[in-house]
Amino acid sequence: MANRQSIEYAKIKGVHDVPLEEFYTSGHRTCQGCESAATMRGFIKVAGPRTLVTGSTGCMYVANTSYMTTPWIVPWMHTQLGASGSSAIGMAAGLRALMRKGKIPDEEINTIAHCGDLGGGDMGLSAISGALQTDYDLLIIMNDNESAANTDIQATGLTTFGANTTFTPPGKRIHITQRRWKKNLAGMLAVGHPTCKYVATACATYPTLDYLRKVRRALAVGGPKFLHVYAPCPKGWDYHPRYSHDIGRMGVLSGLFPLFEILEGHVTYTHDARRQREPVEKFLMAQGRFAHLTKDDVRYIQKMVDEMWEEWDVPGVVPTKGSLKT
Amino acid sequence: MANERAPKAEAVWERRDLLTGCQAVAEAVRLADVDVIAAYPIRPYTEVMDAISKLIADGQLDAEYVIADSEHSQFEIVKHASSVNARTFAGSSGTGWCYGLEALVVTATDRLPVLYLVGNRALDDPGAFGVEHNDAMMVRDVGFLLCWVTTPQEALEHVLIGYRVAEDKGVQMPMAIAMDGAFLTHSQHMVDIPSLGTVRRYLRRYDLSKRRMHPDNPISIAPQVNEDWVMELRRQNWEAARSARTVIKEAYREFNGVFGDRYTNPFFTEFMTEDAETILIGLGTVAAPGRTAVTRLRAIGEKVGYVSMRWFRPFPTEELRACLGRFRSIGVIDRDFAHGSPDDGGILMEEVRSTLYPLDNRPVVVDFIAGLGGRDISISDCMAMFRLTQQAASQAGMDGFVKWIGLRE
Repeated sequence: MANRQSIEYAKIKGVHDVPLEEFYTSGHRTCQGCESAATMRGFIKVAGPRTLVTGSTGCMYVANTSYMTTPWIVPWMHTQLGASGSSAIGMAAGLRALMRKGKIPDEEINTIAHCGDLGGGDMGLSAISGALQTDYDLLIIMNDNESAANTDIQATGLTTFGANTTFTPPGKRIHITQRRWKKNLAGMLAVGHPTCKYVATACATYPTLDYLRKVRRALAVGGPKFLHVYAPCPKGWDYHPRYSHDIGRMGVLSGLFPLFEILEGHVTYTHDARRQREPVEKFLMAQGRFAHLTKDDVRYIQKMVDEMWEEWDVPGVVPTKGSLKT
Repeated sequence: MANERAPKAEAVWERRDLLTGCQAVAEAVRLADVDVIAAYPIRPYTEVMDAISKLIADGQLDAEYVIADSEHSQFEIVKHASSVNARTFAGSSGTGWCYGLEALVVTATDRLPVLYLVGNRALDDPGAFGVEHNDAMMVRDVGFLLCWVTTPQEALEHVLIGYRVAEDKGVQMPMAIAMDGAFLTHSQHMVDIPSLGTVRRYLRRYDLSKRRMHPDNPISIAPQVNEDWVMELRRQNWEAARSARTVIKEAYREFNGVFGDRYTNPFFTEFMTEDAETILIGLGTVAAPGRTAVTRLRAIGEKVGYVSMRWFRPFPTEELRACLGRFRSIGVIDRDFAHGSPDDGGILMEEVRSTLYPLDNRPVVVDFIAGLGGRDISISDCMAMFRLTQQAASQAGMDGFVKWIGLRE
């Protein structure tokens, strides 16, 4: 494919290197302080216009794309809740076949599927796994606001332990009904798909530019890629919208949300929480969804986080313990 | 039957081969130059995917062949490939078809002309590999084109006709070709295979035009509309389904023009119905014992006939009303069930009865639930059905009568 038109990206060294053009603009109806919307805006800003996007059902569908007021400048298509992985395969396979058979010009076109934690982390896990086994150039971006935010904040498999959601309200008899530990999603996908070259976690706004650089890095690597993006939600997490960036930063700095990048098997910590961790209490107490937690609950969460960074074989990524010691 | 004729000219037909229903469909997928295929195994449809993978491995078809992780993914993959302007093929059977039903529904509402093979299979539980039509019937009301074929030759030709109809600008609907599991998916017949050049003369290139997903055509597909626009969009789907009847007629006319006069009636095939007073009507391979029973009864002077339904969606209302209205009594063979429905019969019976409703002199309609789970429907079963249908014509209160055939009681 010598004559193939490819997309050239300049390196993002500082904020001035971020493209000025927006491909996710006005028209959406997301809440003030919505970090999932920042996730959308960011990835398409750095991916650029030669990109096809599918969005699975969730708040980033319902609040994002109302008929005749779409914010998407690039082609965008709805896909079903559990179909981010399969929609990405479908687009990529279609493009590859048409280009190989000379039915459309041969050029590089990004295929990106976005999903939420309910659609991607729970229902769509099998399809994402299927996508990560292929050799298609595709990127799946999961904006993780730790809830089904479109349907009134229900707990998902990615919700932090102890959180108050409409499925897991604190009650008079049981004060914590959210007793599931957050699914270790990016680690699971990285460990489970040996030929997938790139799996990373990110926070939409912290550290500055990190998320945008990771999207660019992912697009530059061939094959299927997965990006798990931490996206605080003022409505669901119950805090003032002005603190969205701070909440994200605190989640990362406490070590509760590990920030790493796995490029062709090499793990790099974006924030190395083995060395330094802020107490989780500060992060938890800044949000209404944890207001009912006792000191003991906070200690339990702190213990689990400490374990993740001190005892896991690959801290924050692989939860086996001690296999390297024997 | 028209489609059991010998090849007409060498230019049209390339070779003759012994093929199963599934293998015949695979040959048609090759001839249609399909771009993306998504596979997931379930008996009995799955043999078509085995055959296609071999065609690709042998270099006879250039297509992306994706092994999906489930039927849901399978149908989402072809849906999105179809949206980027690729011709696509998938399929399933029984509960597998149901597993992907969400993805099928949106393919219909998105008006994407994916073509599927449904190898009819009983729904679980309990497990049974044999034929039952309820699986394919799941999509009958959501904006699908749906037809049944009865021979491998008809299967091959209907893949080509299917793409022609489904991709038509006025239609753009997904198309399911149903065939009886085992009885057709896995039974071999001699099949005439047309040349690629002939198929190219018949089948135009797939083009979604202004609805394709491509950076040069930046559109948003299926945004949230709520109560503002759903009515209007449903109406467009309705219009497409309605006008598909005209396109189907055009497609067969063109088909006859290119391949020789193979079909007189696109929607159903009549057998010895000319002066018939009593007929049986059914979907799929039950036509074989049905026609044999007709021949035997004709030999002793009985005025009987058989109507084999091909197109179920869109339903050939006018044509079928004109055809069936002239008989005294009609026995519907339902290889399906509709528990708790108005007459506690099958799906085809309900549709046939409502088709006949406006007529002043309606034939008496009785229903036979038969062959569920793949149980054989024998010639003598069909003879018994004819007898009961004949009796119903002169016996009061038989309209809407439902009889289960061969049931152990």
